[in-house]
Amino acid sequence: MVDHDSRAVRHIHDELHSHLPAEPALRVKALESLLIEKGLVDPRTVDAWVEGYSEEIGPKRGARMVARAWVDPAFRELLLSDAAEAAAQFGFDGTGISHLTAHENTDDVHHLVVCTLCSCYPQGVLGIPPTWYKMAAYRARAVREPRGVLEEFGVRLSDEVEVQVWDSTAELRHMVVPQRPADTEGWSEERLAKLVTRNSMIGTDRDLSRMVKEAT
Amino acid sequence: MTANEAAIGPLARTDGEPAFEEPWQAEVLALAYALAERGVFSRVEWSDTLGAELRAASARGEPDTQATYYAAALAALEQLLAARSDVGGEAVAARTEQWRRAYLNTPHGAPVELSAGASKPSAHHHDHDHDHDHG
Repeated sequence: MVDHDSRAVRHIHDELHSHLPAEPALRVKALESLLIEKGLVDPRTVDAWVEGYSEEIGPKRGARMVARAWVDPAFRELLLSDAAEAAAQFGFDGTGISHLTAHENTDDVHHLVVCTLCSCYPQGVLGIPPTWYKMAAYRARAVREPRGVLEEFGVRLSDEVEVQVWDSTAELRHMVVPQRPADTEGWSEERLAKLVTRNSMIGTDRDLSRMVKEAT
Repeated sequence: MTANEAAIGPLARTDGEPAFEEPWQAEVLALAYALAERGVFSRVEWSDTLGAELRAASARGEPDTQATYYAAALAALEQLLAARSDVGGEAVAARTEQWRRAYLNTPHGAPVELSAGASKPSAHHHDHDHDHDHG
């Protein structure tokens, strides 16, 4: 995913200097150039956003928070009670962090995050939302039949496991804290963070033990 | 492709796709972010307007794709700017046309400057769109 995105960023620069762009691209250029002239937008902000969100942030920030919560009980408590403050402790900022809430999966409860209205997402810790998160099908089905959606992503829950669906808004955004997989005792935070998939922090992934196998 | 590909539904199939198919799609979100940061409109207004555009696209029977999503995002941005700033209507249409001319007047490989859009494009070149691969 990172490869695709960095390619997309390079493409942005190439694209500006080649053939006649498509209609929407011309409309965006028109808006951007007018906004810059009027001082409403700083071109560096736009460039930094595109590069920062596609290359640096991605879901890595969220993964680091989850890994710390796995090894540090005090941080775990903070993440679950005040995720915005937990993100601030890492020095993370950006879209969707100021009112972030984290929900911890357990043996009995599985959490799933959606934005039924559009695509609200804690970009400051998870990067750009995946394609499916923005699709009408996900936005509708995650609420109507979450178990069906989960099965589509390979997550099969027994009937005893309760599914809680969280609807993100512009003001309140959610992330999931997946369960720490077995056989990872003594692992460093850094190593643990690599096990945490983006989807596990949205809720369309649950059992990270396959990641342990890949890592060992 | 995995052995159980047939079992994978339409949502999961898009997992791992790049977040943007075209550079302008990233720019739309970046502009919306910058303008919300600056207070030209609020994040709630952005979310409401984008949500309304997405519902309208769905009601029109547009396909459930990234292209539809970003077209809705661009429409939402244009709508909010027209309501909240003087970047709208004729000014945007005129500037769009000026950029089009600038591209048509600039040879391949040379940087495209807006000033090149002041005159009408010469008829002999760039009168058609090349079939470039957008990857």
